[in-house]
Amino acid sequence: MPEADLVMYEEDYSKVNEILNHLLADSNSKFVLLVDRSGQLISIQGETESMDSMAFASLSAGNYAATSELAKIMGEREFSVLLHQGDKESIHISVVAERIILVVVFDDRTTLGLVRLRVKKAGDELTKVFNSIFQKVASEERRADALLDSSYRSGAEEEIDKLFKE
Amino acid sequence: MALINYSSREINCKIVYYGCGLCGKTTNLLYIHEKIPANIKGELVSLATETDRTLFFDFLPLELGQVHGFTTRFHLYTVPGQVHYDASRKLILKGVDGIVFVVDSQIERLEDNIESFENMKVNLNKQTYSLADIPYIIQYNKMDLPNAMTYDEMERKVNPDSVPSFEAIAVQGVGVFDSLKAISKLVIAKLSRK
Repeated sequence: MPEADLVMYEEDYSKVNEILNHLLADSNSKFVLLVDRSGQLISIQGETESMDSMAFASLSAGNYAATSELAKIMGEREFSVLLHQGDKESIHISVVAERIILVVVFDDRTTLGLVRLRVKKAGDELTKVFNSIFQKVASEERRADALLDSSYRSGAEEEIDKLFKE
Repeated sequence: MALINYSSREINCKIVYYGCGLCGKTTNLLYIHEKIPANIKGELVSLATETDRTLFFDFLPLELGQVHGFTTRFHLYTVPGQVHYDASRKLILKGVDGIVFVVDSQIERLEDNIESFENMKVNLNKQTYSLADIPYIIQYNKMDLPNAMTYDEMERKVNPDSVPSFEAIAVQGVGVFDSLKAISKLVIAKLSRK
């Protein structure tokens, strides 16, 4: 069964950002982001400066997707955690609720051990939130009907005609 | 799988350019990136080999203006077309909302195009999708070449579902924006019908 669209309302988004901000503070990380496995950025919190967050999100998802396939070739279900260690900054990647990737970027203001510990807690909390979102979408409680009606469609088509031209 | 965030007022959709090796998928994105104004595009990310063959994917985010107070983004991806990158192609299709199937119109590439089309269906199935449920269009690229098939020939051989199709010369930009507009509107139409 293909995944449904991911629809997030204010209460879900606030909960997610609250958890991310706690994680950021508790782990003393530089920034944290959530990406869905297709590469869409869900949320980013922390010191992002002039970083291209869209590119970072799509590359994180691609990275995770590629290593997931490697895991399958090796007979593993998946790698639950990926770690990329740099000279100054490192990236910790894990998956939440099977569909969302949690990325934590940290430097020497913290330790890998602390990041792992805090990610475990935040991951459990985020899993509950996203499972609830997915259940609501699946049970048709949350559809984008109210927004994505014919007037949205005609407005979007006007913008498309305006912007995508020679 | 579109991402609709009522809180941050964003709608993100994923469009994938699919097709056999060297058919013009990356060329499409390069042209779009060159022509689109800076305020509505992000950086073009290309994971490619030293000989500029796509290794994993190209990625280009585009942002429409505000519509009903929402920012609508299209994330354009290409897959690597070479046959041995099949595992990677499957991954890029995850969460796809619309597909541009790029055809190399040269008669010598007909079998490659058909094989790529079947491969796309197989990879969609592996991601639990069906082509019947995903908006797609076909772009007949390289129509300027002397060994290009005619539009009618290609329609018969490569467009079984009679989806919207466009002739193109991607390296010159011909048909590139027509294709992008068409698939964008189909994706929006599908979202609007839910």
